[in-house]
Amino acid sequence: MRTVCGAGAVQRETTRVLGMNERIQKQRAESVGTMPTLSIERALLITEAYKQWQGKVSIPVLRAKSFYHLMTHKALPILEGELIVGERGPAPQAAPTYPELCCHSPEDFDVIDQREKIFFQVTPETKRTHVEQIIPFWQGKSMRDLMLAQMTPEWRDAYESGIFTEFMEQRAPGHTVMDGKIYERGFLDFKEDIAAELAKLDYVHDMDAYDKQQALLSFDIACDAIIAYAHRYRDALREAAAAASDAKRRAELEKMADICDWVPAHAPRTFHEALQMYWFVHLGVISELNTWDAFNPGKLDQHLYPFYKRELEAGTLTREQAKELLESFWIKFNNQPAPPKVGITLQESGTYTDFCNINIGGVAKDGSDGVNDVSYLLLEVIEDMRILQPSTNVQISRKNPDKFVIEAARVIREGMGFPSVFNTDTVIEQLLRQGKSIEDARQGGTSGCVEVGCFGKESYILTGYFNTVKILDLTLHNGVDTRTGKQLGLKTGDARDFKSWDELMDAFKKQIAYFIDVDIRGNNIIETLFSQLMPAPFMSVIIDDCIKKARDYNNGGARYHSRYIQFVGLGSITDSFSSIKKHVFDDKTMTMDQLLKAIDADFEGYEKERQIFLNKTPKYGNDDDEADSLIRGMFEIIYELVNGRPTPTGGTYRVEMLPTTCHVWFGKVTGAMPDGRKAGVALSEGISPVQGADKNGPTAVIKSAAKLDHQRTGGALLNQKFTPGVLAGETGLAGLKDLIRTYFRMDGQHIQFNVVDSDMLRDAQKHPENYNDLIVRVAGYSDYFNNLTPALQDEIILRTEQQGF
Amino acid sequence: MLWENTVTEITALISNIQKYSIHDGPGIRTTVFFKGCPLLCAWCHNPETQVFNAEIKWQGDKCIGCLSCVAACPKQAISAAADGVAIDPELCGVCGACANICPSLAMELLGKSYTPKQLYAEIIKDALFYQQSGGGVTLSGGEPLSHDAFALALLQRLKADGIHTAVDTAGFVPWRVFEQLDPYIDLYLYDIKHLDSDIHEQYTRVPNQPILDNLQKLSQLAREIWLRIPLIPGVNDDPGHIRRIGELARRLGLREIYLLPYHRMAAAKYARLQLPYTLGALEEPQQQQLEELADILSATGANAHIGG
Repeated sequence: MRTVCGAGAVQRETTRVLGMNERIQKQRAESVGTMPTLSIERALLITEAYKQWQGKVSIPVLRAKSFYHLMTHKALPILEGELIVGERGPAPQAAPTYPELCCHSPEDFDVIDQREKIFFQVTPETKRTHVEQIIPFWQGKSMRDLMLAQMTPEWRDAYESGIFTEFMEQRAPGHTVMDGKIYERGFLDFKEDIAAELAKLDYVHDMDAYDKQQALLSFDIACDAIIAYAHRYRDALREAAAAASDAKRRAELEKMADICDWVPAHAPRTFHEALQMYWFVHLGVISELNTWDAFNPGKLDQHLYPFYKRELEAGTLTREQAKELLESFWIKFNNQPAPPKVGITLQESGTYTDFCNINIGGVAKDGSDGVNDVSYLLLEVIEDMRILQPSTNVQISRKNPDKFVIEAARVIREGMGFPSVFNTDTVIEQLLRQGKSIEDARQGGTSGCVEVGCFGKESYILTGYFNTVKILDLTLHNGVDTRTGKQLGLKTGDARDFKSWDELMDAFKKQIAYFIDVDIRGNNIIETLFSQLMPAPFMSVIIDDCIKKARDYNNGGARYHSRYIQFVGLGSITDSFSSIKKHVFDDKTMTMDQLLKAIDADFEGYEKERQIFLNKTPKYGNDDDEADSLIRGMFEIIYELVNGRPTPTGGTYRVEMLPTTCHVWFGKVTGAMPDGRKAGVALSEGISPVQGADKNGPTAVIKSAAKLDHQRTGGALLNQKFTPGVLAGETGLAGLKDLIRTYFRMDGQHIQFNVVDSDMLRDAQKHPENYNDLIVRVAGYSDYFNNLTPALQDEIILRTEQQGF
Repeated sequence: MLWENTVTEITALISNIQKYSIHDGPGIRTTVFFKGCPLLCAWCHNPETQVFNAEIKWQGDKCIGCLSCVAACPKQAISAAADGVAIDPELCGVCGACANICPSLAMELLGKSYTPKQLYAEIIKDALFYQQSGGGVTLSGGEPLSHDAFALALLQRLKADGIHTAVDTAGFVPWRVFEQLDPYIDLYLYDIKHLDSDIHEQYTRVPNQPILDNLQKLSQLAREIWLRIPLIPGVNDDPGHIRRIGELARRLGLREIYLLPYHRMAAAKYARLQLPYTLGALEEPQQQQLEELADILSATGANAHIGG
């Protein structure tokens, strides 16, 4: 008789070594325990620079000189025991402001200081400096002021009522990721490239020569700025070494000084130098502008592996030392909370995380299996650190070994929401479809939440979230916002008069097309304003082909340029349409008038109708073709309206399905819907089913989700919640691995898991003090449960718990 | 052929189709729970599958008092009552009309009728998961082999698609059923409850001899058998008894033995079904005891597993 090892279980390897050493534990405690504060340092330095240079030099050079001024004057904290140096602010958890982007009012500062969640301590001194020195200079001149002045009343109404959000309202375009170039070349090399392009300029025949020259000059200054910053650190570290009483620490500080002498001017030679190199680049990007979104090292395991292998073989580095360096590196990310947001922008992204989402695994440049020893080392680091930032994801290709998936599943089971899981093969398909070369596509990956991009070569900007459910709300009410009574949308007719499903869909298409145009009109103006007024010379140095094209990153300099609109509430709108279709048009068991009365009353007195909507209607997420065909139809409508439209600086609009925390905000401003959802309750997120609507377990959810054409999106977020019991033992891990693998065989792009039980979450709501370490997956990122608003906490608890069978 | 002919004729009542089952055989599986069992085990964890006929159950806590069921019932068996509705069992024909209309799922029909073709259509939806994981389908219940004609049609169809099939059986069916179905069964999950027939009958209402006879014959015929012991405190968890099962397995050449520890979770089901649960308050076995029993089985040469 054949013997079978239950569920194809994979034997656990015992090579893993868990646990932070004492030094890392201290640093971690320091990082996690420090209260976020608001720092005025950057605002003062940038304002000084603008006062000195504005009007005297070109705008690109002004931006570069401001960056130089900042990097040559900002404080140089050296934290106890740390091995990688550099902070965005003058201290850990000290977030700067970017008054050139968004000049906060004094009231904003009060709100930031006093709000219960995602607060930043603002000292009276900081506030006074801001009021006396920053506001007088920037009021009316910040990008926020300039762009809002250009927006139409239609745009303002739509924005304020929650049809869409605008990412650049308080931040700058960012969204790109580092590739491998900084491990092969230093900023002195980049300066040579810039000089070569400057030498090539033809001022007689090339009518753009002056613009190109100014761009290149600004890039050159940015290179000087980052080298100067590192050399200041070199000097500070030498001073600290001289003052150090402990001989071991003194040696470390001297070594760190040598490293800062070498990188980023030159390409790194060691593992330690490689990490410090990246960290300087990271600080350059996030200090230059508030790019908010997701700049990160990308395929860190693949970038570090050559250093790791070489040094391990040479005996100059041990695995333990490498891990300690990585953990010290991890803490640097966690020390940098996302700069404070206010208003709707806080609503759409209510978190301290800055969405640095490191890619692990996937394929190499030549298409081969990219998993290496550092990939496994990083999984250990994640499990050790249990820290908010950086986010991590595993890239799973059919070429990767099952062992890698199982080891990732083992970390996922810990319940931190890290790492999320991506299908590299689909990511490559997505990028190829967008017209990228196969080599560039393989070097791409995912960042932020689920956004695909070519690392080091693409500007892929998120423009804002778009509330699909509110569009249906408006369609059902002839364009009137039921919350305010205002005529917000088109007058597409009284829904009671729609004779057929097609008439309803026609009206819906008109409404959504109208609002997408309103949104894109605004986006185009904002993109133009940034291209003219807010160049990013440092970012331009490191993203191909800004130097070669002598064009700034914010002016179409990158090799590829995508602009995404992120659609929210797909599950909610699908189930709502399903109710209307079944009960009003197909079965005719309810009139449109009855349906409208039920939702307009927020189901008060209409519980029977609500129960019919909840329980007697085909729902997305159950592998039910009837419901799932509706979500496919919805996707086609959105895709046709958005994909391929041009942007002012030569980019292309594309479609994405992710919410961050915006499904909560959009839910707040959207009335009751015929999916049974009451007014104000959170919408579904990403392409996940409506919370609780999936009743057939995870395979059915995956089947439904895979019916969408992921390859035509720039990202599609699927959230699954498991209780720990489901994943217990090697059988549980193997099951999770096969769920992931099967979803990916069907070209699913992304899946993430929350492994918690609802009792525990309810207890955490009651006793937050006992759950300071509880990290849960929100939507494309993880956050401390205690940082979430009560509404978002409720929503997480509600999400379907996939029970163990 | 048989498939096309049978699909419209044979039906079976199914209480549940459980997808993503990972403890009922290898890989990711769909487990189908057939209604009806010749045994009546005192510890049964699926009491809704004990009787062969469909049942209507009303759950008061879900009822919103809309009385849709009263109007829908063709036999006027349901009437409004103080705390919701009342069903007259004399009049009820268990047609399911009330469950069909009930908006809040308070009225539930236990046992939905399927033809093999309908059930196959549901099962095949997860084919890719089976392929990926080395999984398949497990027929459980209740006693799936009590529905032998239906099971035969379904299993033949599944094997034609190359899908791995498992049957979770108590073994209390005529030997000819095994003979007939065995070519289409890759794996048996074969329950052993007690080796002492009197105790067996006391707790399951049937003697164990037919079960043990079938097992002996099956061990010569089947491709693979995993023995499963529902471990009930004070009933069959005596180390000596467990050792005897291990020795039986060795004699029959069966290596895989699963200890399925008693748990109290079924108590909620009994309460919902308004059935008495005589074993609702036993102590759940401790991990240490389970490991000791597993060691006893291992000593007899078995691969002992704790849990499904």
